[in-house]
Amino acid sequence: MHLAAHFPGVNNTTVWADARSESQIDFSSFEHLARTAERGKFDFFFLAEGLRLREHNGRIHDLDVVGRPESLTVLNALAAVTDRLGLAATVNATFNEPYELARRLATLDHLSDGRAAWNVVTSSDAFTGENFRRGGYLDRADRYTRAAEFVATARELWDSWTPDGESRPFAHHGRHFAVSGEFTVPRSPQGHPVVIQAGDSDEGREFAAGAADIIFTRHGTLEAGREFYADVKARLAKYGRRPADLKIMPGVTFVLGDTDEEAQENAAEIRHQQISPQNALLALEQVWGRDLSGYDPDGPLPASDPVPDSDLVQGRVRHGDPLAVAARWRAVSEAKGLSIRQTVIETTGRQSFIGSPRTVAAQLTAFTEAGAADGFILVPHLTPGGLDDFVDRVVPLLQESGTFRSEYTGSTLRSHLGQADPVWKG
Amino acid sequence: MTANRPLHLAAEIGGPPHYDAGHYLALARLAERGTLDFVTLGDSFARPGPDALAVLSRIAPATDRVGLVPTVTTTHTEPFHVSSAVATLDWVSRGRAGWNAEVSTTEAEARLFGRRSAAPAAALWQEAGETADVAARLWDSWEDDAEIRDTATGRFIDRDRLHYVDFEGSTFSVRGPAIVPRPPQGRPVTVIDGTGTPAREPAARHADVVHIRATTPEQAAAVRDDVRRRAAAHGRDPADLRFLAALTVDLGDAETTPEPGLESGPRFAGRDSYFRGGPVDLAELITRWHRSGAVDGFHLTPITPARDLERIVNGTVALLQHRSLFRTFYPGGTLREHLGLTRPASRYALARTAGEGA
Ligand SMILES: Cc1cc2nc3c(=O)[nH]c(=O)nc-3n(C[C@H](O)[C@H](O)[C@H](O)COP(=O)(O)O)c2cc1C
Repeated sequence: MHLAAHFPGVNNTTVWADARSESQIDFSSFEHLARTAERGKFDFFFLAEGLRLREHNGRIHDLDVVGRPESLTVLNALAAVTDRLGLAATVNATFNEPYELARRLATLDHLSDGRAAWNVVTSSDAFTGENFRRGGYLDRADRYTRAAEFVATARELWDSWTPDGESRPFAHHGRHFAVSGEFTVPRSPQGHPVVIQAGDSDEGREFAAGAADIIFTRHGTLEAGREFYADVKARLAKYGRRPADLKIMPGVTFVLGDTDEEAQENAAEIRHQQISPQNALLALEQVWGRDLSGYDPDGPLPASDPVPDSDLVQGRVRHGDPLAVAARWRAVSEAKGLSIRQTVIETTGRQSFIGSPRTVAAQLTAFTEAGAADGFILVPHLTPGGLDDFVDRVVPLLQESGTFRSEYTGSTLRSHLGQADPVWKG
Repeated sequence: MTANRPLHLAAEIGGPPHYDAGHYLALARLAERGTLDFVTLGDSFARPGPDALAVLSRIAPATDRVGLVPTVTTTHTEPFHVSSAVATLDWVSRGRAGWNAEVSTTEAEARLFGRRSAAPAAALWQEAGETADVAARLWDSWEDDAEIRDTATGRFIDRDRLHYVDFEGSTFSVRGPAIVPRPPQGRPVTVIDGTGTPAREPAARHADVVHIRATTPEQAAAVRDDVRRRAAAHGRDPADLRFLAALTVDLGDAETTPEPGLESGPRFAGRDSYFRGGPVDLAELITRWHRSGAVDGFHLTPITPARDLERIVNGTVALLQHRSLFRTFYPGGTLREHLGLTRPASRYALARTAGEGA
């Protein structure tokens, strides 16, 4: 089993109002979570990215955590206070250039002695583009063609130095990039930093099957996970790759208690904190695509249908067809007699593993054994101490059963993943 | 000019490229032992070496006080990314970040990106100035107390204390606000080499520290006076700028062949003023220039960093400290404090409170 720690960023997973919640920005918070993950022998530490502050109804969203430092810079600093932990940065392929990003990633791989990873994301919206020269120039359809060419170009740059330290000129002339010259950084310890893909469409899965070492997914239920797992793994053969070459890791939350009952109570309490009355209405507006501030969060769902192509929400990916989501929410609400807030609590929770440490360890193991995941990216709900209990109480059980490593056997992230360094293609 | 203005010293820790952190860390710690204001790390997309900002981030948690100033080029990097990365260096170093703004003039650099062809220095420096401008606006775009964590209303931030910068430059525009909250120093320290004509305007408008390459105190003073005049014309207080003479130093043959006097026959290594001699002679030179009031201090580039920086710290700095010309400890924690620069208030906060007062 592979385990990673997600620094809880900008969304309503974080219960910032909890008295134990500290800064989302101070380096001490990043250091705490990373050291905890390394104490737990985790594969890697993960940072998400958003290049424009989210807006709701034309105003900056103010209910959830807002603001975060730039990922690669934070990870370079974390390389100083950790030894083995992989360091993964989400960096957008649309608003960056291959030469510069390949250089920054190779630098991180050198400065961390082979622990760098890049989560290639593809959001292309004009809203984010307003912060960049590029603007919103890229068609939705072109997101993955640019991302795939971006990764291929980066690999050409990383391969432009021979393994024995000789630099050769590179030249790439493709649809999205025409670059040539000499790369300034020798081949890095992992050859190529580890590549992660996050994005669920057919194009996204295909891109991952051809180019990624890890998929970060949201498929968190056992059934959805197995389906996704089988689909993605089946795509590998046509690229000459084996199933183990691409690790599937859903992002999941967890709640612990001394007993299963206590954990369930804790979980209910946390969901209540995450979905405040204000946040419930906001979630509703995100689906319905219009202002619903007049509604009572403790009252019923709106009778009318969502606006399909609304830009009420900016800077956040809308998942699924709003009409379908609304229909599902209505069904849940009617079947169980739930209010708006209760419905949102019920329907928006990402897969949570809830229970005593023993129960959670068993659930995680069942997931990997059922072919629904190769491991998990754990998203704690408290910063920075939200992983402490998991590492102290769940990890030892996984280690006892031989499901998870007790010691790092290698020093690079690829060695943690059990994947070979890429073959040099000079 | 008064002779007892505080002396400021900084050193470059580059030299031949290294790809492990140990080399840079040892040099930065050495500089910190000598209570230098800051270390710099040069960078360019076209010559071997790691990303400088990454290297200084890597060594930030392993140092305590010394300022960290990477070269960041503005020609091919998105201004929004520049601003975020420098602000983040300030967060991870707890207030010790600066950046040395540079441009990329060559066709070789342009080809690495394939987005635009090489342009004249004047146009690139105008763009660099705009990048420095928008970076500062983005650093101001979160007021210091924007994060409120108000459980009564459920609001994490006060969005009235976040601001769109709506910047329209000649080659780019940025909507804002920053994604990174206001960094510890308010604005990390901006360094620009103001020697060349195209860089003077951006230096006068945006730099906190101006490097000057000159071979006599008189030459340095002339550049300094020109930059000060321009700064005043832009409404800045010239006293808020620090001027450092840039000097490449070779302390290799200290005992045998002192060649101290820059004035008596300077040698140029590339475009830098060049000094060859012993640590004591270097201390004399620094003392003389500083007494003359031409500059606030020196930015030293050791020709062989591991050897020369050791001689600078244990020889030159020790002597300057002995003569009470240079401090023996860091009185503050941030780079701004080392430089005697105040922490600026956010322009948006000032505008908002002025509006409220009216
Ligand atoms: C688990 C997961 C995590 C993601 N994290 C980020 C992120 O941190 N930043 C970002 O800009 N996009 C992120 N994305 C968005 C994807 O990169 C992509 O733009 C989006 O999912 C739409 O692509 P798709 O149609 O292939 O799903 C994430 C997506 C998934 C599924």
